[in-house]
Amino acid sequence: MSRRHLAILTATVLAAASLTACGSGDEPGDGGKTLTYWASNQGASLEADKEILQPELDKFEQQTGIKVNVEVVPWSDLLNRLLAAATTGQGPDVVNIGNTWSASLQATGALVEFDDATLDKVGGKDRFVPAALAAAGAPDKPPAAVPLYSLAYALYYNKQSFADAGITAPPTTWEQVAEVGRKLTGDGKWGLAVEGANPSENAHHAFTFGQQYGGDWFDAAGRPTFDTPQNVAAVKRYIDLMAVDKIVNPSNAEYAQNQSVSDFANGKAAMLLWQAAGANLKSQNMAADAYGVAPVPFPATAPAGGKRVNSMVAGINIAVFKHTKNLDGALEFVKFMTSDTEQVTLNKTYGSLPAVGTVAADPAFAADEQKVLAQTLATTAAPLPQVPEESTFETLVGTAIKELFADAASGRPVTEDSVREKLTRAQQQMR
Amino acid sequence: MATTTSPPAADRVAGTARPARSAARRPRRSLLPYLLLAPAVVLELAIHVIPMLVGAWMSLLELTQFHIRDWSGAPFVGLDNYRVVFDVNSAAGAELLRSFRVTVVYTVLSVGLSWMLGTTAAVLLQRPFRGRAVLRALFLTPYALPVYTAVITWTFLFQRDTGLVNHVLVDQLRLVDEPPFWLIGDNSFVALLIVSIWRTWPFAFLCVMAGLQNVPDELYEAAAMDGAGFWRRLRSVTLPMLRPVNLVLLLVLFLWTFNDFNTPYVLFGGSAPAEADLISLHIYRSSFQTWDFGTGSAMSVVLLLFLLLVTAGYLLLTNRRRNDA
Repeated sequence: MSRRHLAILTATVLAAASLTACGSGDEPGDGGKTLTYWASNQGASLEADKEILQPELDKFEQQTGIKVNVEVVPWSDLLNRLLAAATTGQGPDVVNIGNTWSASLQATGALVEFDDATLDKVGGKDRFVPAALAAAGAPDKPPAAVPLYSLAYALYYNKQSFADAGITAPPTTWEQVAEVGRKLTGDGKWGLAVEGANPSENAHHAFTFGQQYGGDWFDAAGRPTFDTPQNVAAVKRYIDLMAVDKIVNPSNAEYAQNQSVSDFANGKAAMLLWQAAGANLKSQNMAADAYGVAPVPFPATAPAGGKRVNSMVAGINIAVFKHTKNLDGALEFVKFMTSDTEQVTLNKTYGSLPAVGTVAADPAFAADEQKVLAQTLATTAAPLPQVPEESTFETLVGTAIKELFADAASGRPVTEDSVREKLTRAQQQMR
Repeated sequence: MATTTSPPAADRVAGTARPARSAARRPRRSLLPYLLLAPAVVLELAIHVIPMLVGAWMSLLELTQFHIRDWSGAPFVGLDNYRVVFDVNSAAGAELLRSFRVTVVYTVLSVGLSWMLGTTAAVLLQRPFRGRAVLRALFLTPYALPVYTAVITWTFLFQRDTGLVNHVLVDQLRLVDEPPFWLIGDNSFVALLIVSIWRTWPFAFLCVMAGLQNVPDELYEAAAMDGAGFWRRLRSVTLPMLRPVNLVLLLVLFLWTFNDFNTPYVLFGGSAPAEADLISLHIYRSSFQTWDFGTGSAMSVVLLLFLLLVTAGYLLLTNRRRNDA
């Protein structure tokens, strides 16, 4: 072969290789024998989740012959990656999604809709807890997913700290939270820990406080109503835990990586508002009898129009992408993950509640923590607005609250006007 | 310093002696370079040019979550996204303008200080001395570290309660009573700048050090004989001889720093404080976190045009000065 021919061949091979590289991707289900599953991070770490899930996936392979390749995706990346998968049609067959994102992702049209016929393939509509299924898509459409793990917020408190301060019962009102928080604050310890720089956490609390103060974040037509007086008062009440009551360490304004849970586990903070924190606390060597769990407090006197809501209907849903080449296998996998056995195994491990009613009475969910969460879900939890712009609401309002916490931590005054200004600015960014 | 080359005389003679063979070989020679360039051109098109054109097209659409899966259904809105971007009375426009100002100040300070540090270190290490190689390797370490690892480490250092920076300032040196915040509020800009300079100056050091290798010793010797001291030699010999290197170096540093995404993203997470909200992160947030890819693309196109304008202006200015010299 002459040098010229060699050069031409080399150039052709390189060009072909580059074009091939452009076309390679994460092909969804290869038509039958494998599925790709993106799991959300529910345990102490990504590795821990993989170790928890792998035996169950092996069981599924034994039963069906379908191999499931699992990737545990951190929460910080999950929404972006879901969006990329929805855009390109490349990616996983089955995914976990935060239930508050359901309507937003549903609007992309990338997820399989669970109409009655599809629901029948995974066990039927009646199998799922109604409140959890209601948080799986827009109200006027078939669900875009089915619930997998159910969660709610609760107030976790350190029993020893309470006893040392002479406090005999957990607070039931925000006024009491401030009062006992002041007793618990001092000597490097703080009454309450919050995740001030985490927009999602902030938005969840904004929703709950908003409900208690008679506010709504969207009107009936789905338009944002961020800066109503009720929402301003609600957000200010939350920020005031740091700015006015001084029961939250100003450093919490930097927290976005679950440091508040660590502070609670390490005894640096005596109270924590969290969803099913038990498994996380256990992984940080906090004994289950060292903390108590109580419902999230309410205002002592309900503001006009205030609702008796103290948690969002939280949870994780499982969804199937339309681009899957193995829809039957994917639905079979969803059925497996929501089966009685798997619901008990996985929810018990993660400290969450089952999304199906058939195993609600299982002894695995009889601990005090799960009883409080179940009671909250059954009586005083409300779903976040199931509108397509929900994820944008979480980002914008959550970021506004992050900035307000930063102001409070820096000693800048947080007033109704400054809260309103932030919320108005957030609302203006909604299109 | 333009130079021209001409074929050696022997080739010219040979060329006139064998015209037929030369003419026959010319087409083959002209084809080969294109074939060799083909992979690079294909990759350049696939990685840069086509995405840029797609981005420009996206900026003309109302591309939200409703249409992201099928762009053909996205409403064509013409220049509406650009109107939002340029309307400083709107929240989106005002925030973009603020982010732009922050980015300009950040770029000027980061590039200026990085260049100054790099040049100083390179000049001081120009003459051989014991331990020079160790210092050179040490100075290049930040440039060799993976960016994510390095910036995450800085995030730990800047934590208010547990970070090493406050430990030194408050507990060791007792310079301040209350530990300051570094990752929120006004100081976040300072923290970002420190990390940026720490990451960038070794590259300036490397380039200037390479440039100094081409400065003939004779020039320094002649200057010394004329009685020039250190500063005079620096001003009259070193810096003029480094000019070609610095022209490229400053341009590259400007483009890198203005577009810096990794540093603020890792340091602050997805949403940086307003004081450190660099434009690349701002555009990311406008696109991905609010799922408004049309407006985000319009911001990207404006940023691209701005950088093209600045680059073209810089090159024109520097070329004119070079031609005038």
